[in-house]
Amino acid sequence: MSEQKIIEIEVLRYLPESDQAPHSEVYKVPFTDDMSVLQGVQYIKDNFDGSLTFRWSCRMAICGSCGMMINGVPKLSCETFIRDYYPRRISVEALDNFPIEKDLVVDLSGFIEKLEAIQPYIIPKEPRTVEQGEYIQTPAQFAEYIQYTSCINCMLCYAACPHTGLDPDFVGPGAMALLHRYNMDSRDGGQAQRMELAASEDGVFVCGATGYCSEVCPKKVDPGNAVNINKINAAKDYFLRFLSPKGGAK
Amino acid sequence: MSKRRPYVRSMDGWWKKNPFYVEYMIHEGTALFVAAYAIVLTVGLVCLGQGEAAWNGWLEAMQSPLSIIFHLVLLVAIAYHAFTWFKLFPLTMPPIVLNGKKMEPCAIVGAGWTAGVVAALALFVIVWGIAA
Repeated sequence: MSEQKIIEIEVLRYLPESDQAPHSEVYKVPFTDDMSVLQGVQYIKDNFDGSLTFRWSCRMAICGSCGMMINGVPKLSCETFIRDYYPRRISVEALDNFPIEKDLVVDLSGFIEKLEAIQPYIIPKEPRTVEQGEYIQTPAQFAEYIQYTSCINCMLCYAACPHTGLDPDFVGPGAMALLHRYNMDSRDGGQAQRMELAASEDGVFVCGATGYCSEVCPKKVDPGNAVNINKINAAKDYFLRFLSPKGGAK
Repeated sequence: MSKRRPYVRSMDGWWKKNPFYVEYMIHEGTALFVAAYAIVLTVGLVCLGQGEAAWNGWLEAMQSPLSIIFHLVLLVAIAYHAFTWFKLFPLTMPPIVLNGKKMEPCAIVGAGWTAGVVAALALFVIVWGIAA
């Protein structure tokens, strides 16, 4: 049997009841090649310090709970492997651009409010009764938005977005991707309502097109593209109102 | 009473934390060089409007060693800006669907470069033709 390998994992700890500010602690964790960073952190909790706090659930990049800054890069810790860092030290920190609640757990309330604000549900163009039957959609219409349905709300894109950090009210890439998903749905008629938020001061124009959000997205949703397409859409809405009757007034 | 005390980390020096951000800041910063060159050309245009003496003065100023060094710096900065600007196409443009398939990011960047180079060559040929 091969010799047991040990990796150093440096965790940014923050205990709100006793700490004024976060501090780092280093743990020496024995690992095997099939171990993820999440399993490394779980090893620390089980063997060194039971108070270490972090979110996780599915362990297979579906639930979107275990996002962390791993060596400064936002990643799902369940699909990031210790072997890829060994023998270097791994640093683990709570997702950037969110307030730290405790250790690796961030305060999600701002994100949840943004999700609610974009009305992430179909607002039917014409409400149909059960007797009228289902809403029909062609494969081509489905293809328009399918990519944006893959979002798992892991918030890695927010941790990657410096504009979110600088302006915490920015709707942000993930919520904009969902906004775009519903706007692109042929069954939906809520675009005008949603575009008010997209075109507002907290909307798409806060984005400086850094593009790192799309880079880190584990589901290839390309939220940065959703944000930037809606810059064009918001600009179109702005200029086309000069051509429409009553200046686009409702 | 709530024991919650969410800690907000500082954004100071955020752009130095990641090579991706450094590239972004250089890209944004080099836009100033594009603006600087636009000002140089505008001054030339104003001089042209002021008559032959002013125009010749501007041409002479353009040939000074300092101006040539300045233009070389501009060339490097604007080339970098152009390179990273074309790279942003797949992020900023609506998806292009050809024959029912979404165009690949590298194809979009390639098409952008091709259109840019063709436009620059066409402009060069036209100006060359007029000058000749």
